[in-house]
Amino acid sequence: MKLFKGGVHPPQQKNTAEKATVPMGVPSVVLIPLAQHLGAPCQPKVKKGDTVKVGQVIGDTDAYVSAPIHSSVSGTVTRVEPVVLSGSRPVMCVEIKPDGLQEISEEVKPPVVDSRESFLAAIRASGLTGLGGAAFPTHVKLNPPKGTKVDTLIINAAECEPYITSDYRECLENTQGIIEGILHVLKWTGIEKALIGIEQNKPEAIKMLKQAVSNIPSITVHALPTRYPQGAEKTLIYTLTGREVPSGKLPADVGCIVMNVASVAFVASYLKTGMPLVKKRVTVDGSAVRNPQNVEVPIGTLLKEVFDFCGGFKSEPGKVIMGGPMMGVSQYSLDLPVLKHTNALLALDADEGRIPEETACIRCGRCVRACPMRLLPLELDRLVKTQQFEEAQRFHLMDCIECGCCVYACPAKRLMVQSIRIGKDYIRRNAKK
Amino acid sequence: MSIIIPVAVVSGLGLFFGIGLAYASKVFAVKVDERIEKVREFLPGANCGACGFSGCDGLAEAIVNEGVSPGKCPVNSKEGINAIAELMGIDEGEVSQMVARVICQGTWTKADMKYEYQGVQDCHAANQLGGGMSQCYYGCIGLGSCQRACPFDAIELKNGLARIIPEKCKGCGMCVAECPKGIIRLVPVLTGFTVLCANQDKGGVARKNCKVACIGCMKCQKVCPAGAITVENNLARIDHEKCENCGKCAEVCPQSTIHDAMHERFPMD
Repeated sequence: MKLFKGGVHPPQQKNTAEKATVPMGVPSVVLIPLAQHLGAPCQPKVKKGDTVKVGQVIGDTDAYVSAPIHSSVSGTVTRVEPVVLSGSRPVMCVEIKPDGLQEISEEVKPPVVDSRESFLAAIRASGLTGLGGAAFPTHVKLNPPKGTKVDTLIINAAECEPYITSDYRECLENTQGIIEGILHVLKWTGIEKALIGIEQNKPEAIKMLKQAVSNIPSITVHALPTRYPQGAEKTLIYTLTGREVPSGKLPADVGCIVMNVASVAFVASYLKTGMPLVKKRVTVDGSAVRNPQNVEVPIGTLLKEVFDFCGGFKSEPGKVIMGGPMMGVSQYSLDLPVLKHTNALLALDADEGRIPEETACIRCGRCVRACPMRLLPLELDRLVKTQQFEEAQRFHLMDCIECGCCVYACPAKRLMVQSIRIGKDYIRRNAKK
Repeated sequence: MSIIIPVAVVSGLGLFFGIGLAYASKVFAVKVDERIEKVREFLPGANCGACGFSGCDGLAEAIVNEGVSPGKCPVNSKEGINAIAELMGIDEGEVSQMVARVICQGTWTKADMKYEYQGVQDCHAANQLGGGMSQCYYGCIGLGSCQRACPFDAIELKNGLARIIPEKCKGCGMCVAECPKGIIRLVPVLTGFTVLCANQDKGGVARKNCKVACIGCMKCQKVCPAGAITVENNLARIDHEKCENCGKCAEVCPQSTIHDAMHERFPMD
């Protein structure tokens, strides 16, 4: 096993690890965005006033890099219009008022899978995107361009972000499902072996997974040192295989495909039941939450209902984050929905949520030591702030994985990742022109 | 006596290299079109880059060698452009001076805040988080990306709103390209009454989010004697070709969204 360079050790805060997942009931309203994946947004397939059932397709598109969107409840469509979510552009959303019956749609039936093509078609139809957080459509990931030879499937159960325990609960509560899912993927994609990577701070899950694969030679479980960002795609590949993904390339170029543990488990459940991706296990935690726990939430449920389900707030939250504290995205309102790739909802109280004031860089180089991508965050920050974008590209600005190690390590509290994001945004905009 | 030899050697070398250089400067001389120098003199010399070339020298070369239109420089005065056109022996036709306008009046007191923004003070950064912290998705973010892009110091920033100082604005368009909301427009300097809003929300929503938003009430369209105003997507638009600058629209506008942008500057309190 190789150790990646850099990384940090934030407090783990896995407060919800020992709490079993609680399914949430039918919410009073769901708001389902039609772009929950990287790639082209879906077109609405329903209109205001339509009746929909659980698992019914409500958005789809012909574009290849995309995944269909399904209704997570049965009820009536009350609104189909663009809503500004936490991103920069309005996203077309379907609002559904549930009738509480949760009738299952006739479209939901186990898919017939007898070849690689039908397997990939089934994965697309399931609406599965990378559940680890990047939301890359899985059927695209499992179908690497011709000429690339993939020999290793890596299952990401590292869960290196503080607070989040939803993947850990998946490992404990659905061990068999994970193994079945891996076997399905191996069988239909022709990949020879699968490596499960999991951080050492989850001994219980390691034990259960090792037990489950004891007589399956193609799957092995690897305990990894606990260090953030162990679960980032490139660092995980490096640790498990020693292969380095070159700048601007994909994992498939070094013969690897990385899937989140919840994604493979979903593959197994979809092939068995035909129920598309309509609910998600979400860790609800943070200093402002009264009753932190893992909740199984219908996709599209508004954040306020999820927090209410967890006993509401102890104190007024100063910041609400979707995802982990290192890479998650701040939410400006509690009226925004839970998405497919939401793995955690954190409500931090006003003190914890405050960003300390930025002071001058003292050029100590801690960010350089912390960067797992071997970049120079202080230089990238300076180059973006002085508008030298071409120079920043020479310093491999686009290779930043935005893990936040540099900012965490910085004694001057400089917001380097945000600068880098501005730079990336600028370069992408100008590349399009 | 010993001084003579070094003096002679150095003088000899000097003479030799002098002749060599003089010869080289004649034979290997790069011919510079003298018109480039002259064209360059008529350009503003701010090197703002708005023309797309590398500064004024770059544009001067391109005008002479590649036949680029003298009007390519958006900053140049009418006289300057005509002088270059005359020099190049082409007819530039009617040149209209442009000026940038921010079409938003939503300061922090007029448009409510969606959230408190902490982080890098840059409009693009704030725009990545829910399209900025103003309740109005279409409005000015007010962190001054345009101000930093302006080579002429012609943008003032107050209470979360940017405003162009028309006397300083040369119409180079750098701010137009920079604004993530696309609410800075280049208009002919003589453009009068303007709808200072970009909000396309329905009337009720727009009114709730901002006190000076266009609510698409159509009053201006009805009162306009020249038929220059159309309301599309809940937003009024004035066709400046038809507008006669009578000002009736500004009088009837219940949100005071329409202003004579040529003669008055909108308030920023």
